[in-house]
Amino acid sequence: MNRYAENLPKNSVSRPQKMLPPTIFWGMAEEIPKNLAWLLMALSICVPFLLWWIVSNSGLIQPLFLPTPAQVWGAFQKLLASGDLQKDITYSLFRVLSGFFLVALISIPLGTLMGTFASIRALMEPIIGIVRYMPAPAFIPLLILYFGLGEIPKILLIFIGTLFFNTLMVMDAVKFVPKELLETTFTLGGKRKQVLLQVIFPFILPAIIDACRVNMAASWNLVIVAELVAATEGLGRRISVAQRFLKTDEIFAGLIVIGLIGLIIDLLFRLLLHLSCKWAKD
Amino acid sequence: MHLQVSQLYKQFKTRQGSLVALKDINLHIDSGECICAVGASGSGKSTLLRLIAGLDTPTAGEVLVDGVRVTGPGPDRGMVFQSYTLYPWMSVAENVGFGLQLQGLAKPERRQRVSYYLEVVGLSEFGKALPKELSGGMKQRVAIARALASQPKILLMDEPFGALDVQTKEAMQQFLLQVWRRTQTTILMITHDVEEAVFLSQRIYVLSSRPGTIKQELTIKLPSDRPDQIKRHPAFQDYKDQVMGLLRAEEKCQLRSNLQELPMVV
Repeated sequence: MNRYAENLPKNSVSRPQKMLPPTIFWGMAEEIPKNLAWLLMALSICVPFLLWWIVSNSGLIQPLFLPTPAQVWGAFQKLLASGDLQKDITYSLFRVLSGFFLVALISIPLGTLMGTFASIRALMEPIIGIVRYMPAPAFIPLLILYFGLGEIPKILLIFIGTLFFNTLMVMDAVKFVPKELLETTFTLGGKRKQVLLQVIFPFILPAIIDACRVNMAASWNLVIVAELVAATEGLGRRISVAQRFLKTDEIFAGLIVIGLIGLIIDLLFRLLLHLSCKWAKD
Repeated sequence: MHLQVSQLYKQFKTRQGSLVALKDINLHIDSGECICAVGASGSGKSTLLRLIAGLDTPTAGEVLVDGVRVTGPGPDRGMVFQSYTLYPWMSVAENVGFGLQLQGLAKPERRQRVSYYLEVVGLSEFGKALPKELSGGMKQRVAIARALASQPKILLMDEPFGALDVQTKEAMQQFLLQVWRRTQTTILMITHDVEEAVFLSQRIYVLSSRPGTIKQELTIKLPSDRPDQIKRHPAFQDYKDQVMGLLRAEEKCQLRSNLQELPMVV
């Protein structure tokens, strides 16, 4: 017998080795079974809805403060029948889409340039870094002062609120382009402009679409803020009018519609990503 | 084609001061040669290749291709990196043809050349595949085809088979020799694998480390047709031992100088 072995602490006897117990629910960076996934996703929607239904029907809280799902559904149908809801949705969507279109128009080229060229980054990053931390809603008084109550201040609010984040996210995406991919292109005879447009841009396109998806959500939030403050139509306006007349059921209907439209926009971006960048999947 | 590297010197600035990566590098490569530069890590071999490619600029000295001084990268010096640098959104055929597209070659001629080089690397059936659907060896063959499609004067390869498993690596070495014989391309490959260097080269440059200098130039007098079995041939073994000996002496030297730099502990 090895004489050194005797002096070793008898680990296996005194302290049994513990193994990590198997798990399904708490698996880290692992998939869960499809059925379980669907079940949990259904619970995620159904449980809050059920709680709302039980509490609102129990009579514990006045319907004035917490309407029942049925009352909200009634309010929704009434708004739909009068055509108000369609008009509000159209206005809100128009503002978000035109605001975000301007954001995309500027942030995508600017972010790509900033990510590619350290010189452009040094020129732009400090000022963007400062303005980014100024909350967009704080610009509302200034925008109303400059542009009145029309469409321009609302579109500009969305512009200010998402331009900088979108630019910085596009800029960060360029970091993930392997340097050797650019260098390979140079040794294939690529000029700098060709590398920018034909290598860097297609490489970061999936990340650009994803950045737009995230910041579109922020735009959708901002348009409601703008309409709450000053507007004659729009979903935000609908909610603030309903508050004035204590129509809580209309507020709830408005909130749910806002959430659903946001979800649809998000899904459309995912579809776009899926269709345009098949190579980037998994 | 004649590549001439003369008095090349490269210094990097680091936080600890400046580091001499390459010193007094002189080498030359002529048309149709397949040359390897062997060295341990820290010998600046990748830096040497980048300087020849024009991706870095030397501190002193120069690289001449057919008498013209290299000041930047260009399609006359094709490059293959160790990491398979394929364009992930392009098909295999588009990858191979991309250099030609960048250079403005007309579509019919492009298609012709792409199909020729796909055939050379044995991937004709995979033209429509995406890079992510290929194995490591296949990806590297696409990268080689892409570099060759521009018909460069010299093909520069930076440890191209370093990330492959042993079996694939041997197959790729055979494959490279075939491609080399068939296309008569001039090749300069950087590697730390001594067997690979002896197997592929007509000449070997052995590099020393810190600073990287050329320790010895070695001519490999083996037949140009080299089956795998040649690796067991005594002459092959002799060459291998010779290079290994040079690298080992280098390592001992390094170790001793490092030990001397250590503070004495009493």
